[in-house]
Amino acid sequence: MGIFTREKKEKLNKGLEKTKESVFKKLSRAVVGKTRVDDTVLDELEEVLISSDVGVDTTIKIIQRIEERVSRDKYMGTSELNIILKEEISALLSENKADGDMDFSIPSGNKPYVIMVVGVNGVGKTTTIAKLAHQFKNKGLKVMLGAADTFRAAAVDQLQIWADRAGVDIVKQGMGSDPASVAFDALSSAKANDLDVVIVDTAGRLHNKINLMNELGKIRKVMDKVVDGAPHEVLLILDGSTGQNAFEQAKQFTKATEVNALAVTKLDGTAKGGVVIGISDQFSIPVKYIGVGEGIEDLQVFNREEFVDSLFS
Amino acid sequence: MFENLSDRLDHSFKLLKGQGRITEINIAETLKEVRRALLDADVNYKIAKSFTDKVKEIALGQDVISSVKPGQMMVKIVHDELAGLMGGEAVDIDIKANPAVLLIAGLQGSGKTTFAGKLAGLLKSKRSKNPLLVACDVYRPAAIEQLKVLGEQLSVSVYTEEDNKNPVKIAKSAVRHARREGFDAVIIDTAGRLAIDEEMMNEIALIKKEVNPQETLFVVDSMTGQDAVNTAKEFNDRLDFEGVVLTKLDGDTRGGAALSIRSVVDKPIKFMSAGEKMDALDVFYPNRMADRILGMGDVVSLVEKAQEHIDVEEARKLQKKIAKNQFNFDDFLAQIQQIKKMGNIKDLASMIPGMGKALRNMDMDDDAFKGIEAIIRSMTLEERTNPVIMNGSRKKRIATGSGTNVQEVNQLIKQFDETRKLMKMMSGKKGRNMARMMSGGGLPGMGR
Ligand SMILES: Nc1nc2c(ncn2[C@@H]2O[C@H](COP(=O)(O)OP(=O)(O)O)[C@@H](O)[C@H]2O)c(=O)[nH]1
Ligand SMILES: [Mg+2]
Repeated sequence: MGIFTREKKEKLNKGLEKTKESVFKKLSRAVVGKTRVDDTVLDELEEVLISSDVGVDTTIKIIQRIEERVSRDKYMGTSELNIILKEEISALLSENKADGDMDFSIPSGNKPYVIMVVGVNGVGKTTTIAKLAHQFKNKGLKVMLGAADTFRAAAVDQLQIWADRAGVDIVKQGMGSDPASVAFDALSSAKANDLDVVIVDTAGRLHNKINLMNELGKIRKVMDKVVDGAPHEVLLILDGSTGQNAFEQAKQFTKATEVNALAVTKLDGTAKGGVVIGISDQFSIPVKYIGVGEGIEDLQVFNREEFVDSLFS
Repeated sequence: MFENLSDRLDHSFKLLKGQGRITEINIAETLKEVRRALLDADVNYKIAKSFTDKVKEIALGQDVISSVKPGQMMVKIVHDELAGLMGGEAVDIDIKANPAVLLIAGLQGSGKTTFAGKLAGLLKSKRSKNPLLVACDVYRPAAIEQLKVLGEQLSVSVYTEEDNKNPVKIAKSAVRHARREGFDAVIIDTAGRLAIDEEMMNEIALIKKEVNPQETLFVVDSMTGQDAVNTAKEFNDRLDFEGVVLTKLDGDTRGGAALSIRSVVDKPIKFMSAGEKMDALDVFYPNRMADRILGMGDVVSLVEKAQEHIDVEEARKLQKKIAKNQFNFDDFLAQIQQIKKMGNIKDLASMIPGMGKALRNMDMDDDAFKGIEAIIRSMTLEERTNPVIMNGSRKKRIATGSGTNVQEVNQLIKQFDETRKLMKMMSGKKGRNMARMMSGGGLPGMGR
């Protein structure tokens, strides 16, 4: 299971095969047998990274690491470059506690385990919730969704349709109702019915709108009143095609809700989502999931190596 | 990182001082800064490169005029070049036909449906059209419902065929329906799609072919990163669209994607959308976008916003008071109310050049004034207008009344005193300029 197992991605990769070879070949050729990285290599590397939305600061950081490594290890061949690149970039991606466990699972000890899903408008929050619900349900867990996006037109209907498709329960109120109250109901109901997981959807909001960000804090607080320590997971959804603004999103959402997990969506497109490398590094938040399509199955557990690989594909 | 481009450029231009001319050597550092600014703003890597090359060409050999700081001069070159690239005058949409057909296309989550609604609202309220919204997103759950809700809010009719899974057919019959029923504008909302999704791209190309729209509009999220070029190019290759719509500009993205798109497809940016409310739609201003990409704040918008909300008469009165050193706590309170009326303080302040980054880390919300307001409100009328009478017991009472402590009250009084001194000092030349801006005279030196 990885980015490349997807049919669409395969199609895409075929189309890009030529560029793929040349980027890597150029990189390799420029490095082979050298004891220090020359400017050609650095330029190539810079282009690859910046074009993947890695951002200037993180790119500089990566390049420095590669330089140090090469001067330390002296000789470097093509295959080593591949390994070093992967190692150095992966090292920036926060360790996911569930790493190695390539499965959809929830930590034990919390019942119900409460996940609050946040992010800016249109990044794929609702769709990701549907995909997660589907996975958890397949694992035999009892899942409840909370429709706390009571703002966007037809958001509740959207989640309801997904709940039906995934075959899980949903708690909802009318549009325009208080999202904290929906969250309260969802958690209470899950608790009363002894369910395993509650996933609460929230309305998309731009991170610079302070009142809306404060609202998230309020929803959060209400959850803790129903279930101790809830939400156990605050999952920030980032659109894989977003550029450097994702940094600010991570920062503001973390400030408002103590985000502790990331999901990157829309990686079935041509965007690389490289901005999460710097985000994960700077805020020490692991990337847990990636979205690779619009279908209910199109969610994967994040794999660092594959992700880094995809930057160079 | 770039809050003050001109400062940074000034710095990197130190070498240049006394050299009189911009040369290959002394400009290198500056160009690096410019390029970095563009990359930080998500301008595509290759485009940032060719853009800086161009700026270099323009700058080389130019005389450094002693009265202008070289940094400022470079900023001007960069800014003008950017604005120029993003297109001169705003280009209007073509809605002369009856019915005028407008096709909306873009990636998933870019904001198509919301824009379709806003456009319908605009055509109806400002262009006296009778628009019909058409729901052709048959894939995303509740997408049709979403458009129906928006239509209801706007009192605009929405054409749907709930059981039809063929968007090409729906679009065609919608246009027929519009003709029959006398709708003179048809806005077709479509499903989000990836540019590399052959099947879906074929579908929208076919819709376009069948309904022959006057305007095909490509909707793109202004937060998009490096991939913007690929997507825009692919959509343009397939649809040859008439214009671009930038969404979510009410966020704090620098929006370099706008430049990238303009550079790869030679199509005008026709609208920008900045808000979830149905009337948050505006025509595109290249100048403002250039400022934004350079992180120089949106001075024009700020001035306009200020003009919208600041009471001219009040501002004049205030100025007089300042001049006579009669500025008191009541005026202070009134000022706070004025600022609050203008909206989210952080949003506003971030429009001031150089403030954006500085503010981001600051904890500033609409409640920032809450403490201050409470303290002032706990003062007697006399204390407010004549602060000198303030003594220990008064302060204690105020603290209790406002739920603060004496320390905080002291701090406010101290701040107030300093502000007053400063205002008095400034009520010379600078102060007048400030008041002029507040009373609608425009920010000095900011005209273009
Ligand atoms: N291609 C693709 N589209 C996605 C993915 N995740 C979500 N979407 C689409 O993005 C759009 C917005 O998703 P939605 O879940 O409504 O976003 P929300 O506003 O954050 O809840 C919808 O059209 C989804 O089908 C993904 O991983 N890949
Ligand atoms: Mg949603």
